[in-house]
Amino acid sequence: MLTYVLRRVALGLTVLLATLVAAFLLFFAGPADPAQAMCPEQRCSAERLVEIRANLGLDRPLAVQFSEYFGGLFVGRDFAFAGDVVHCSAPCLGMSFLTKRPVSEEIFSRFPATVLLALGTVIVFLTVGVSVGVITARARGTVLDRLLIGGSQVFGAIPYYVIALVFALYLTRIHGILPQSVPLSQGLLGFLAGLIAPCLLLGLVYSAGYARYTRSSMIEALSTDFVRTARSKGLPEVSVLRSHALRAAIGPVVTILGLDVAALLSGTLVTEKIFEIDGIGKLSIDALGRDDLPVIMGTVLVTAFLVVTLNLVVDVAYSFIDPRVRLS
Amino acid sequence: MTPADVVLEVTDLSVAFPTEDGVVRAVSGLSYQARLGRTLAIVGESGSGKSVAGMAVLGLHDPRRTRTTGSIRLEGEEVVGASEWTLQALRSTTAAMVFQDPMSSLHPFHRVGRQVAEAYLAHHSVSKAVAHQRAVEMLDRVGIPNPHRRANQFPHEFSGGMRQRAMIALGLVNNPRLLIADEPTTALDVTVQAQILDLLGDLRREFGSAVILITHDLAVVAETADDLLVMYAGRAVEQGPAREVLSRPSHPYTEALLRSIPSPSEDAAQLRPIRGAPPSLLTPPPGCSFHPRCAFSDGMGAVCRTDAPAWRPTPGVVNRHLRCHLADPVAAIEIAGGAR
Repeated sequence: MLTYVLRRVALGLTVLLATLVAAFLLFFAGPADPAQAMCPEQRCSAERLVEIRANLGLDRPLAVQFSEYFGGLFVGRDFAFAGDVVHCSAPCLGMSFLTKRPVSEEIFSRFPATVLLALGTVIVFLTVGVSVGVITARARGTVLDRLLIGGSQVFGAIPYYVIALVFALYLTRIHGILPQSVPLSQGLLGFLAGLIAPCLLLGLVYSAGYARYTRSSMIEALSTDFVRTARSKGLPEVSVLRSHALRAAIGPVVTILGLDVAALLSGTLVTEKIFEIDGIGKLSIDALGRDDLPVIMGTVLVTAFLVVTLNLVVDVAYSFIDPRVRLS
Repeated sequence: MTPADVVLEVTDLSVAFPTEDGVVRAVSGLSYQARLGRTLAIVGESGSGKSVAGMAVLGLHDPRRTRTTGSIRLEGEEVVGASEWTLQALRSTTAAMVFQDPMSSLHPFHRVGRQVAEAYLAHHSVSKAVAHQRAVEMLDRVGIPNPHRRANQFPHEFSGGMRQRAMIALGLVNNPRLLIADEPTTALDVTVQAQILDLLGDLRREFGSAVILITHDLAVVAETADDLLVMYAGRAVEQGPAREVLSRPSHPYTEALLRSIPSPSEDAAQLRPIRGAPPSLLTPPPGCSFHPRCAFSDGMGAVCRTDAPAWRPTPGVVNRHLRCHLADPVAAIEIAGGAR
């Protein structure tokens, strides 16, 4: 088990390193000129541009820049901006061209909003999606099954931004059934209340998929011999479904859950924009729009880190679900 | 009035599965009894309806996908059409079942001890520790060495024979009056088979319960069964004391089954399989469903092809039933003569 985890960690680190190199090459060797981006309204003299590049260290060889960036991840770096020296502590992901603050600070300050949004969403779709999946699998072929699964397919086929806009417009703006979002700095309770609408919306949209994964996995589990054994013991149907059938059916759901949680934690662009939540997604969109390369690169790296970590978590969780995995 | 030692009384049981292609009549007009302290073997080829009939006793068929008619009385309690709640109370306490493949019948993710204890907990208000203790005792009783350690292992850590012992422990944990063993030895080695059959026999004597042994193996029947019920295409074709039926079969199917067993004194060339294949339960042949494969139907005229034979007690013999047009005394003598 330990060697298995260590091997997976080593593999994950390799993936992260590859992502780092690829992202670095794309952004720093790419066509966008960061110096231009830093100029107010793009009106800098040629000398000023050269000066900015020197300040940013962009005039130095690529290998040197990379090794500085790489070192900064572990020990931090100092940046000089127009005479001021700003310290960027480890893990340093560079400085935002626009705000002149360390990228890691920018990301971490927005993390609570994104984490809470992701958490609420996961709670909604695990409850609604998995329950609907179990119920429809049990009632396979009935009107209830067709209504729920058909409905979820229709719901899942509508483009997300359309649903999100309509949902936000009617429920929070026009009718005010659910509270509108408030920045986290203005109080935790108001902020949490504002998260209800986006969590509910995202959760329900994800539920459509989870209902279908759970349903197909449960239908398979319900036809197994060991579920028949569980029934033959005289167990109540609820415990046959929960501790025997669902227990066996949950594996594929956990695999997808890992990837979805990683995606949610790396920011939900449309949701954060529509519901005005200041999370990672909004940060990346703003950075993209203004060529703020270090921020874009930072969010890419954080996303890669989350995906790798959650895949590892899923693999370890899998060995708790299925004891046969613990052997290999 | 049913005698007191009759645990299970099945009367005119039919089980049908409506499918897109039509109705599959897995069991038709089946009647039999199981008595305390006796082993009833139900024998037949694959698809003869023997397992379906066994599962019906515990009400294990999904009522939305199955049409069950007739009557199944477990200790007087009607199972056909019973509520889920009634069935739950009967399962494992009045009647328990041991399934064919112990690998797929045990939950791969739960510890063996827990799976046994769970059945006990479902019917007794005791603590988990007490139920676990009971599970360990049962594992010990069915001959699993180191039951304390074994109880905390998973099914994949058990060998095939040990898994089937665990299944039997699970079946007996609530002291059921009736144990239905559905092909309990089919997935096992021959040496392990004998051990499991011995174990079932010992436990039947010890607990005094009734055992229904569903099998296709006549050698197993000869060794273990008191009574024998032969099924063909969803119907009972012959029934009686096992020894008698095996030594003097009355139905051409039973007789053909016995002749298809290879014996050491014969060449492989002399092996006599039953010609043809079991009929489709979707569109069974008209008349007697065995007639296309029967060696005697040609000599009987059209009756085998047009009329389904009735389930009749054999005249002059106690406790024997037969479903065959040859059942009149003259024809029966001819069969007995032809068998030799």
